[in-house]
Amino acid sequence: MTWVLGNLELIGDLTLEHLVFALPPVVIGLLLAIPLGWLANRTRTGRTIVINLAGLLYTVPSLALFVILPAVLGTGILDSINVIIALTVYTLALLVRTVADALSAVPGTVIDSATAMGYRPVRRFLAVELPLSIPVVLAGVRVAAVSSISLVTVGSVIGFGGLGKMFTDGFQRDIPQEIIAGIVLVLVIALVVDGLLLLLGRALTPWTKARAGAR
Amino acid sequence: MTIFGWLFDPANWTGPQGAPQRLVEHLGYTALTLLIAIIIAVPLGAWIGHTGRGGFLVVGLANGLRALPTLGLLVLLVGAIGIGLLGPLIALVVLAVPPILAGTYAGVRNVDGAVVDAAKGMGMRGRDVLFQVELPNALPLIIGGIRSSLLQVLSTATIAAFVALGGLGRFIIDGLAVRDFGQMIGGSLLVAGLAIVSDLLLAGLQKLLVSPGLQAAAAQRGGKRRLRAVPDKTLTAEAA
Repeated sequence: MTWVLGNLELIGDLTLEHLVFALPPVVIGLLLAIPLGWLANRTRTGRTIVINLAGLLYTVPSLALFVILPAVLGTGILDSINVIIALTVYTLALLVRTVADALSAVPGTVIDSATAMGYRPVRRFLAVELPLSIPVVLAGVRVAAVSSISLVTVGSVIGFGGLGKMFTDGFQRDIPQEIIAGIVLVLVIALVVDGLLLLLGRALTPWTKARAGAR
Repeated sequence: MTIFGWLFDPANWTGPQGAPQRLVEHLGYTALTLLIAIIIAVPLGAWIGHTGRGGFLVVGLANGLRALPTLGLLVLLVGAIGIGLLGPLIALVVLAVPPILAGTYAGVRNVDGAVVDAAKGMGMRGRDVLFQVELPNALPLIIGGIRSSLLQVLSTATIAAFVALGGLGRFIIDGLAVRDFGQMIGGSLLVAGLAIVSDLLLAGLQKLLVSPGLQAAAAQRGGKRRLRAVPDKTLTAEAA
């Protein structure tokens, strides 16, 4: 504990930096996954292309993606924007499939009812199909967020910041306390974010609670 | 074509630090890890799935693993055990076991109860039911677990170059040390290619190994799902 107590300020800075790397990709990835998931759900060919492409991207190991992206995009190889883009790619690859599955699971009768009530496709999508797919999509977002929080640490191998610094530094200077504190912090942040997302999901889908109560 | 420059330079394809040697090392670590993980996880997962004891532990373990930073585990073990193969190998096995365990458990657990009852009705004993009915039926999910593990191990073995292990990750770490970005990119492309090809190979293996009867049933289910609206129970179940 002595190392931790003596370096609280550093730990605070690294935690903040970690969150800046880990969380925006989840939000951006989700925002991109919704239209793409919708597209994938429209036609069989679209689905095949989007799902396979997503699977392919998800297969690429994180450290390799951190290095390949700047070569493809023309950003500086050690620019920290690469981490954010790479994690966005993973989130997108994971969620596009989830969104497509969630949308295809919306009952046809509900969609027909909405159409009969005069909902045009765009409004029907935003007001009916999307809200009904929240529970499934949120389960995917929770997985993506936890993975993202954990994956940021890989970037420290090639010099990016965040809590992974505690691993590389603790290893090079042989301070096991620093490494253990880093692991615990990552796990705690993942747990807290996961819990917050769970609560957010409950707040966004009040009808699931009402239905459970009615039973 | 500058990003492929390093990759197509013949000088990088020979000698003890050439791409083929590193590729063999990388595959060696991965194969050894997967072998150990399968020997541990498949029997354990099958037993847990067959008896139904301890299932929540398997699910919790598989979920918890996603949050565990692989680099942290790697440096902690290597710091405790010392530079060499053993530390990284233990870390890799720790990461490889949960997906296979969860896949085997879920596969065995989800075998249709009626099928198990039919097997028992035909006079099969517990062991026969497990080996002749439950495991073959569970094979798609077991191989699915092995595929997740494989990607996890390939990815973590790359990071292991940071703790002085060989393998393709060396190009990324060594390239960074001398600011040779071409080498870093070349190594990364090799890692990405290896992951994609390995995953495709396992997908092919799955087609070969899984009983044709099961594949036809799965295809039919998948086809039907798109036509028939799924009851909205499935939408709310996930939220609970």
